[in-house]
Amino acid sequence: MNIFKISYKNLARNKLTTILNIVLVAFGVAILSILFLASDQISNKLEKNAKDIDLVVGAKGSPLQLILSSIYHIDYPTGNIPAKDAYRLAHHPMVKRAVPLALGDNFNGFRIVGTDSAFVNLYGLSVQKGVFWQKDLEVTIGSTVASTSNLKIGDTFFGAHGLTGNGDIHKQHAYLVKGILKPQGNLTDNLILTNIGSVYKMHEEKHGEIDLHPNLPDKKEINDKQITALLIQYKSPMSVVLFPRMVNQSTNMQAASPAMESARLFSLIGVGIDTLKWFAILIMGIAALSIFISLYNAMKERKYDLAIMRCLGASKVKLFFLVLFEGILITFIGACFGLLAGHLALEVIGTFQESSQAKLTGLTIIRQEGYLIWIGLLIGAVASLIPAMQIYKVDIAETLTKDR
Amino acid sequence: MINIQSLTHVYEKGRKINFPDWEVADMEQWLLLGASGSGKSTLLNIISGLLKPTEGQILINNTELYELSAKRMDRFRGKHIGIVFQRPHLIRSLDVLDNLELAAVMAGLKIDHERNLAVLNDLGIADLARKYPDQLSQGQLQRVSVARALVNRPDLLVADEPTSSLDDENAAQVIQMLTSQAKENGAALIIATHDQRVSEHFTKTYLL
Repeated sequence: MNIFKISYKNLARNKLTTILNIVLVAFGVAILSILFLASDQISNKLEKNAKDIDLVVGAKGSPLQLILSSIYHIDYPTGNIPAKDAYRLAHHPMVKRAVPLALGDNFNGFRIVGTDSAFVNLYGLSVQKGVFWQKDLEVTIGSTVASTSNLKIGDTFFGAHGLTGNGDIHKQHAYLVKGILKPQGNLTDNLILTNIGSVYKMHEEKHGEIDLHPNLPDKKEINDKQITALLIQYKSPMSVVLFPRMVNQSTNMQAASPAMESARLFSLIGVGIDTLKWFAILIMGIAALSIFISLYNAMKERKYDLAIMRCLGASKVKLFFLVLFEGILITFIGACFGLLAGHLALEVIGTFQESSQAKLTGLTIIRQEGYLIWIGLLIGAVASLIPAMQIYKVDIAETLTKDR
Repeated sequence: MINIQSLTHVYEKGRKINFPDWEVADMEQWLLLGASGSGKSTLLNIISGLLKPTEGQILINNTELYELSAKRMDRFRGKHIGIVFQRPHLIRSLDVLDNLELAAVMAGLKIDHERNLAVLNDLGIADLARKYPDQLSQGQLQRVSVARALVNRPDLLVADEPTSSLDDENAAQVIQMLTSQAKENGAALIIATHDQRVSEHFTKTYLL
C-alpha cells in the first residue's frame, strides 16, 4: 500500500473516464510521434541519397521531377537528353565527376539503371558477392533487390519497359546477374545497375513494335544516342552560381539543384505537416481539459476520501501530490501508449508502402520522442494542479461530520 | 491523557460555546452526552486535532495539541488518535485490508500485516479482508471503521455517534466492541452520543 496503489486503484475504479483520458493523450502523442518520425526519416533519406550530388542535368521540364526521378528514383524522368551534349558537359572544367544515367526499364518494380563506374564511385559502392557489371547485359543488383526477388549470381531475368509494372517485357535479351551489392542503407539497395550499352541494346530491336510509351522516345534514342540525366559533382563550390546558369542558358537542357528542390519539396509538404502538428496539439489540449474536468468533478466525491486520509494522519502536501500524481499517471500511460501506437502505425504504413525507395519504419527512436513524454507529464501536472489545490480548501471536520 | 481547560469555541455565525473543564485519565471510558447541536461533534473535532478552538488549552499526552505545526499535528493524530465516525467513511476503491493498511501508511507507520489480521479477527470480520466496501452491510462497515481506528494502537479512541445508523443488535455489538477493544488495546475511549441505548454501558459521563 502506497501512494501509487491508491492512485492506481482510484483510476481503476473510474475506468471509463480514465480510458477516455488515456486515449485522448495517446492519440495526440501518436500523431506527433508519427510526424516526428516520418519527417525525420524522409529528410534523412533525402539528404543521404543526395549527399554528394551538386547538380542534375536533364531534359527540360519540372526541376523537382528531374530530381525525384534521377536521384530518388521515384517519379518519371522528364525526358531524354542527347548523349553528345551531356558528355560535353561532363568534361567541363568545373565538373569533378559526372555520372550518366539511362533509365526506362524495371524488373518487378526495381529500376534498371544504365550508368558507368562513376556511379559506383559516387555512392561508394562495393560488392558483397560476385563482381561489378562489365559487358552489355550484365548487371549488379542492390541488396534489397536480391533479397526480395531471390535473384542469385548467375541468374537471368527479363527487364520490363517502363518504370513500374511488368506490362511490356523485353524478351529479346535477358540480363545476367554478376554481382550483389553490399547493403548501403540508401536507394542503391533498390536498384539494378548495368551499363548504358545494355539499355540501348534493349531498345534497339523494338523496331516495328508499337511504342506504348510516347513519354520515352526510344526510337530517337537509338538513332542518335540519348541518356536520361547526368549527375554532377563540382570541383569547387564556386560553380554553384555559374554552372547551372550556363547549362540553362546555353544548352537545350535544364540543371536542377537537389538541395534547392528538396527544400522546395519540404516547404510544400511542410504546410500539411504543420496542420497535422497543430491538430495533434489541439488534441493534447483537449486531453488536458478532459483530465482537468474529470479530476475536478471527482473532487466532489473524493473530498470524503481525502478528508479521511487527512484524519488518518496524511498531510495536505502528501494529498496534494496524490491528486497531482493521478493526473501525471494518466498522461504518462497515455504518452507511452501513444508512442507505441505511433511506431506501430508507421511500421504498418511502411509495409503497405509501394515505393521501396522511401520506405518508412517504426523501429527507430528519435530524441524528440523523449520530449513527448516530458510534455505528457507536464500536461498531466498542469491539468491536475487546480483540482489538487482543492485539498487545501477541504474542511475535514465539516466534511466528515456531515452526511454524505 | 486528555486535559481540557477553559475551552471556548465561536462558530462562524457567531454562536459561542463554553466547554466545561475535563480531565480523562489513561484507559478511562467516557460518554459525551448532549442534545444535537450542543457541540458534541465540535468538541470531538477539537480533541481530534481537526478544529482549532477559539480559546483555551487542550493537552493530549501532555502535548499542547494546537501548538503543533499543521504537518506534525496530522502525524500526531494518525499515531495517537483513532477516530470512528457516524458514517464508516471507507475508501471505496480499496478493499478492507487495504483500508486498514492505508491508516498505517497515512500516519507514516510501517504496515503490520499480522496486526491488521488480528484486529479483523478480534472484530469477527477476518473473512471480509478482501471485500470492497460496496459489498458490505452497514454493521460490517462500522466494524471495519472501528478496526481502522485501532490498527495503529492509538492512545485514544474517539467515536462520534457510532450507533445512530445501526439497529439495536448492531448498536449493542458496536458498543461492546468499542469498549472491549479500547480496553484490550490500552486506549482511552470517548463516545459522543445522544443514543439512550448506549448510556447504560458507561459510568463516567461528560454532559454538554
